[in-house]
Amino acid sequence: MSNDSIGAPGSYVQSQIIQAKAPPPVPSSRPWTPTRIAGTAWLTLWIAAGLGIVWFLLNSNHVALVFGGDGLLPVSITHNAKFLTKYGEKFISGFIVTLKLVGLSMLLGVSLSIPMTFMRMSKNRVLGGIAYGYVYFFRGTPLLAQVFLIYYGAGTFRAPLQSVDMWWFFRDAWNCAVLAFTLNTAAYQIEILRGSIENIAKGQREAASALGLPRWVTFWKIILPQALIISLRPYGNEIILMIKGSAIVAIITIYDLMGETRRAFSRTYDFQAYIWAAIAYLVMVEALRRTWDRIEAHLTRHLKR
Amino acid sequence: MNEILTLLSFGDMGWGDEIALGVVTTVSLALASLPIGLLLGFLLALAKKSEEPALRAAANVYTTIFRGLPELLTLFLVYYGGQILIQQVLSLFGELYFEVNAFLAGMVALSLVFSSYASEAFLSAFRAINTGQYEGANALGLGYVQTMRLVILPQLVRLSLPALSNLWLILLKETSLVSIIGLADIIRYSNMAARTTKEPFLFFSVACVIYLVLAVISSGGISRLDAWAKRGETSR
Repeated sequence: MSNDSIGAPGSYVQSQIIQAKAPPPVPSSRPWTPTRIAGTAWLTLWIAAGLGIVWFLLNSNHVALVFGGDGLLPVSITHNAKFLTKYGEKFISGFIVTLKLVGLSMLLGVSLSIPMTFMRMSKNRVLGGIAYGYVYFFRGTPLLAQVFLIYYGAGTFRAPLQSVDMWWFFRDAWNCAVLAFTLNTAAYQIEILRGSIENIAKGQREAASALGLPRWVTFWKIILPQALIISLRPYGNEIILMIKGSAIVAIITIYDLMGETRRAFSRTYDFQAYIWAAIAYLVMVEALRRTWDRIEAHLTRHLKR
Repeated sequence: MNEILTLLSFGDMGWGDEIALGVVTTVSLALASLPIGLLLGFLLALAKKSEEPALRAAANVYTTIFRGLPELLTLFLVYYGGQILIQQVLSLFGELYFEVNAFLAGMVALSLVFSSYASEAFLSAFRAINTGQYEGANALGLGYVQTMRLVILPQLVRLSLPALSNLWLILLKETSLVSIIGLADIIRYSNMAARTTKEPFLFFSVACVIYLVLAVISSGGISRLDAWAKRGETSR
């Protein structure tokens, strides 16, 4: 045996080792499939529409570039935003009215829905029936009809209401709107709460009673915390539905965001009123949806696996 | 009591026939928007579950816009915006006057809103269907259309029916908004009757009751539809 053969295995392996193959060629471009063409065309359409809206807004406010001014720069921007200077503040006040209406009716709705949920879930036939009828009525009829029923319908009972000194309340459109929205959102919230409480696994109650916990503690410390976590998402959706639904109060002469928009449009016939309103509502709803997602992710972080 | 019956009777004295006309308008508007909304929603769901990012992004923009805007505002944008847009286009061809039909505007707006919500219902139903179903269909040699028609759609109908029937009830209620742009639906006629007879509570209660009855009838139809969609399921 020679030294060669001793060292052979190594050199053999070295000579026989399979060279790494070249990586597959990088695809130069994705093929233009029909779906890609359709998607790109649709997206282009959206971008064009967005640019069209920006152009429309700039055009209707007479925004223009003027070359050769005597300022620091050779270019200056001129505008004649008559509409915005006249109605801008009113839009902001309408926005605040919308927020107030939604906030107030949500808070009142929460405080009404909690006792009503117990009524709805109680074994007492009469109490359960009343709550069921209430929920069925307010979820089965349009919000617009409810607002009209309360605001205009109160007129039928003017004399009796005056005799108990309640007429001042129903005479005011704002009070009627808050009342209608509170009753409406409470009906939806009852169903949200009931659904999430009934969704808690039966074992949770059984375990609590095996530990000898009283019913009140079981509900307060075991059922409710879990139910509230489940109901986070539907509650967020309910707030969004309320913001969107609140637009109809413009019909009963409340100058919320929609009301101000309608007033500005009927005075100027300038369509940018509706564009600004659309932007405001979209931003409001989208911002709320994203923050709510954040809040939900934060509150359910212990449930992440 | 007698006066109330007179007010609600059919004929010259009562408002019964007018309100019945309003019911026809409401129901036909909802029924007209439903198929368009369903079809658009299905196509949107297909776009959202496609592998093409541009298509997904475009479909998501659609949903974000029409789910974020208040329905009333969407209606106004379609009604007034459509009017202005068509007028602008027509003015290129000379002096033509065109008025957007309120029914058509309502139909378009409600379909847009319905389709954006329906697309989410279809999408979650698509996600609930096992990949094994596609693989099984593939193993049987079914093409794309056949897989869709014979395997996926029957399951999709069953899975999306609860969400869609909820959307139908919402659609039925949302038709009330068209009364604001002048379409003679239940609310519009009740409003007219309330103003004329000075009995607002009576007529708006009647309107609410009619909506409740429509909801009850729909629920009956939905539960039959649900039983039909679930006929293939074994009882467990």
